[in-house]
Amino acid sequence: MAVDLSVSLCGIRLPNPTVLASGILGLTHGVLVRVACSGAGAVTTKSVSLAPRDGYPNPVIVEWGGGLINAVGLSNPGVEVMVDEIRAAKEQLAPLGVPVIASIFADTIYDFGTIARYVSEARPDLIEVNISCPNIDDQYLRMFAADPYVSAQVTRRVKANTDIPVLVKLSPNVTDILRIAEAVVEAGADGITAVNSLGPGLILDIETARPVLSHGTGGVSGPALRPIAVRCVYDICRTVDVPVIATGGITTARDAVEMILVGATAVGIGSAVYYRGLEVFREVCQGIQEYMERHGYRRVEDFRGRALEMMGHR
Amino acid sequence: MPLPQIVPIREIYVENRRVRTFVLDTALPEAQPGQFVMLWLPGVDEKPISIAYPSPLTLTVARVGPFSTALHRVREGERVGVRGPFGRGFHLQPDRPALLIGGGYGVAPLYFLAWHAVRQEIPTTVVMGARRANDLIYVDRFQALGVELVIATDDGSAGRQGTAVEAALEIARRDPPPVVYACGPEPMLVAVLHLCQKHGLPGQLSVERYMKCGFGICGQCSLDGMLVCLDGPVFSVEQLASLTEFGRFRRNPTGRRMPV
Ligand SMILES: Cc1cc2nc3c(=O)[nH]c(=O)nc-3n(C[C@H](O)[C@H](O)[C@@H](O)COP(=O)(O)OP(=O)(O)OC[C@H]3O[C@@H](n4cnc5c(N)ncnc54)[C@H](O)[C@@H]3O)c2cc1C
Ligand SMILES: Cc1cc2nc3c(=O)[nH]c(=O)nc-3n(C[C@H](O)[C@H](O)[C@H](O)COP(=O)(O)O)c2cc1C
Ligand code: FES
Repeated sequence: MAVDLSVSLCGIRLPNPTVLASGILGLTHGVLVRVACSGAGAVTTKSVSLAPRDGYPNPVIVEWGGGLINAVGLSNPGVEVMVDEIRAAKEQLAPLGVPVIASIFADTIYDFGTIARYVSEARPDLIEVNISCPNIDDQYLRMFAADPYVSAQVTRRVKANTDIPVLVKLSPNVTDILRIAEAVVEAGADGITAVNSLGPGLILDIETARPVLSHGTGGVSGPALRPIAVRCVYDICRTVDVPVIATGGITTARDAVEMILVGATAVGIGSAVYYRGLEVFREVCQGIQEYMERHGYRRVEDFRGRALEMMGHR
Repeated sequence: MPLPQIVPIREIYVENRRVRTFVLDTALPEAQPGQFVMLWLPGVDEKPISIAYPSPLTLTVARVGPFSTALHRVREGERVGVRGPFGRGFHLQPDRPALLIGGGYGVAPLYFLAWHAVRQEIPTTVVMGARRANDLIYVDRFQALGVELVIATDDGSAGRQGTAVEAALEIARRDPPPVVYACGPEPMLVAVLHLCQKHGLPGQLSVERYMKCGFGICGQCSLDGMLVCLDGPVFSVEQLASLTEFGRFRRNPTGRRMPV
């Protein structure tokens, strides 16, 4: 029996449900194409802002035993350069049928609209709105994704400035991800990516009594984040009816299947590129296929959200 | 990659007015020539530095900006952090003579390679280039290894006048033809690439790109679809010849393409 791994995300076809998460490798079209050739079903760019950013000094990413911790400082070449990278990636990925997701962020609600309009010139297949980076320097500025009202305003601004389907990327660092999911969907989000990294956390070098990351604190990702991410996706999928890219600690097919069982349409893979290498995309797909064969599922929809039924939500 | 290991600096050697060698109180017995470490000055920055010798870990650093200037102020006994070794290094071809071509601080990691070559009894020639006699480094160390050493300086103040690659031409034409291993500034590497292509010699070249994570996560060090920190820093002539960015573009800390 033939198993079909392709999924439809906001009307865009992905050859398989694995998605390269934002901020992992996706700085240049050359590497985005390489990741797609390694088996990813879609690739997301590093989050891009209107102006270029250098990011923080090193170290910006370390592995600490249960996952990664990072404070890269959202370094990116700015939207003017990224538009060319996205165009080049789109052109080279068209024959493979692998969509490109442009991740955007801004410092103000207004600028989210401007950058959405700007990045749309490159015609990415989807736009992902990063309102959930945990490394905020200004102590008076809260992460956008912490507030349902602000999250909805950002979503509306972006939607008003593009005709491309919009995913809003949520944070696990909230007490009420349900309400935030509802707010962004009501504001017009076509889908949700959940979740961004957790925290911020803090890892010290005990010999020098200093933080290891130059920025001090950083976002936690990888295996340590997974059970929290699964719960967030579960909460979102039982509340709103839009496709979700489930992201957070997925390193194996088992983890990916778990996310689909709680209702995810696709699965984001980030830190696992460190733990498993670029083969992770093929390995996860292979494992999902074996799971489907074992259970007699022909399409990913056949088991999507089954855990929600089991838990009495459908 | 595990957290940085904090180690004291055992000895510091002044190589010339811009370059110092730091011997750390640690060893990386598994390290291969051509691999690098991330060297951390807590509170300053962390940068990729090639391994000049693994046991004890020896690093040779040129003063070019804030990090390396701060490192040159560090005294013996003070502590630094290291992570690594990272990347893919050189692979010595045992059945062919080795021709090592180095420029600037790129000479230092070639010392580690030459040490391996000598131990494997591979006939080894080292060609090193510098602007003038005062800029030469590692001359005594290579002499002590017993390799054939050819020196080229731009002004002829030591060895022959000209570039390292010009000086290497004669050795490249020898029979049996050597395998070329090179480390140095990119324009020199481009000339080495052409040398290898023209004479049909296999070559392995160590390339630099701006690095952040050092272990294949951030994408900062991309060279076309290659990651210099993971797939390199040592690449074959065939790999480099197939790329559009080598010799032409590098990326600054934002990821923007700049001319080399
Ligand atoms: C694989 C590899 C091996 C290296 N080995 C050595 C070595 O053995 N000895 C040595 O002196 N230098 C080596 N370098 C270069 C070294 O990392 C830089 O020169 C660094 O010391 C400069 O920091 P800075 O703050 O002093 O200068 P800056 O003013 O920050 O930079 C000066 C120049 O150094 C380079 N550079 C700066 N930061 C980085 C970075 N994070 N990654 C890569 N390049 C950077 C850039 O070309 C920049 O233009 C290596 C680089 C790489 C990629
Ligand atoms: C080094 C690094 C950089 C990241 N940069 C971004 C970013 O620019 N934009 C974003 O939306 N998420 C970013 N993230 C978060 C990831 O996209 C992902 O949501 C998170 O890491 C959880 O997934 P994982 O456990 O599979 O890594 C980054 C994560 C890491 C580890
Ligand atoms: S330096 Fe981060 S991927 Fe190479």
